[in-house]
Amino acid sequence: MNGPRADGEALRLEAIHKSFGKLEVLKGIDLSVADHEVICLIGSSGSGKSTMLRCINLLEPVDAGRITVRGEEITATGVDVNRIRRHIGIVFQAFNLFPHMTVIRNVTLAPMEALGMSKAEARARALELLERFGLADKREEYPDRLSGGQQQRVAIVRALAMKPDIMLLDEVTSALDPELVAEVLNVIRELAAGGMTMVIATHEMGFARDIAGRVCFLDAGRILEEGPPERIFSAPREERTRRFLQSIIEAGRM
Amino acid sequence: MGAGGGGAPELYELPPGEPDPGRGPGILSGLRQEGARGVLIAVVSTFVVAAAIAFAVSRSPNWPAVKEAFFNGEEFRSSFPDIAAKFIRNVEYFVVAEVFILAFALLLAVMRSLSGPVFFPIRALSILYTDLFRGIPTILVVYLLGFGVPSLSLTGVPSSATFWAVVALILSYSAYVAEVYRAGIESVHPSQAAAARSLGLSRWKTFRFVVIPQAVRRVVPPLLNDFVGLQKDTALVAFVVVVPEAFKEAQIIQNADFNFTPLLAAALLFLLVTIPMTRLVDWLVSRQRRRRQVATAL
Repeated sequence: MNGPRADGEALRLEAIHKSFGKLEVLKGIDLSVADHEVICLIGSSGSGKSTMLRCINLLEPVDAGRITVRGEEITATGVDVNRIRRHIGIVFQAFNLFPHMTVIRNVTLAPMEALGMSKAEARARALELLERFGLADKREEYPDRLSGGQQQRVAIVRALAMKPDIMLLDEVTSALDPELVAEVLNVIRELAAGGMTMVIATHEMGFARDIAGRVCFLDAGRILEEGPPERIFSAPREERTRRFLQSIIEAGRM
Repeated sequence: MGAGGGGAPELYELPPGEPDPGRGPGILSGLRQEGARGVLIAVVSTFVVAAAIAFAVSRSPNWPAVKEAFFNGEEFRSSFPDIAAKFIRNVEYFVVAEVFILAFALLLAVMRSLSGPVFFPIRALSILYTDLFRGIPTILVVYLLGFGVPSLSLTGVPSSATFWAVVALILSYSAYVAEVYRAGIESVHPSQAAAARSLGLSRWKTFRFVVIPQAVRRVVPPLLNDFVGLQKDTALVAFVVVVPEAFKEAQIIQNADFNFTPLLAAALLFLLVTIPMTRLVDWLVSRQRRRRQVATAL
């Protein structure tokens, strides 16, 4: 399904290995993501979803394998990591907003300091994004005055302000109260509708089924099974995938 | 969307900048109702104990001599203005030293926080420095620099003992303050730096915009504690410098008048500055604690 693509390939992972000490977390991950494609990574905690996303963003150096973004190998030695990261947005489970800065400053910091944008230009871009996601009235607030859902939407806006080619979302709703999940998922749906290329680690199976072009089931550091959501969720081929989905259903989360 | 207003309206019941309006008055009204008797007992018992001590001391056989030597009212009145005028120098030493300490110590802390094998020499240098200057008594550094450097008569190097005594204070205190900064830097969660780096900010800009501002905010109270210590230790300059500051001036008058009261006057001057600073620290610490409690309650 994911043969070599010369054109329109946003991201490619080849035989990615990553260990923390003696624990091998990723045991050879291969994945190709096309432009505008939305990939959902599912699997139990510790299966390697987060590590995989952090490796793509170069927050964790890979031990072996290659990662290519639009044909450029980003895992090569001597690559300017700051330049690469400007094209890859990541949103974390715990928001990680800067608590000492207002919402607008959180959003304008990187465009100004990493892209060298003028203050006026960065503000204009930030306000446009905040407006689009219903946060314009919160622009002068500090993060701890916002609800979790609002904070996570600000974190998404902060990543979007860099105009990334790819967005990586790492269980962005896992730290939220249930009633706040929908507002964040709606933002992501809007991004998908706008054609954003995304790799999303999630426990929200209903959401994954709706939004994903392709679902990858990770198990013990490998992509055990991948395919269109209809097939993965209704007719999984692997025993472990079946068991994982069964446990999700039993937990009432699907 | 439609959820724009946010899901937790109770967050907004506390207007920003007004921490916990209900709590303060609550405690006070509780005091008024139940605690008035307790306060009365505390005040009365304090006075009784103080009066008993005063009585016992003033009845001791040597009291008149001690009183004459240490608590001479006239001596106090005549020496206090002179000493207070010289105390300006202590405040000057303090202000000048503190500015350099805050900058130099931050540099040391940042040097020590650099990770990766490339920066090992810089890290090692910073560690060596803080180990060295935290290990040597400040007064020894003041002596060594204040007497030592001017006697070398190096060309192009200031030969003023005052200059080198203040430099000694800067070198010594920077080691302590660097450790305070470092504790602050280490208390900023790594996820903050990860978020900044993930946005493409360089290591240096991550430090400058994200890590250091949060670190410094957290260590303001312990920094002020070191300020108090430095203000006191400006008296050490007296050991190598001829130009008198408050302590030296008090000693001069003491030697001339054969009376210790001027030393008490100098002590009082130091207290006038250090006690308000200490209270400020207490206030800042309790404010920080309150904010943390509000933050975790949210």
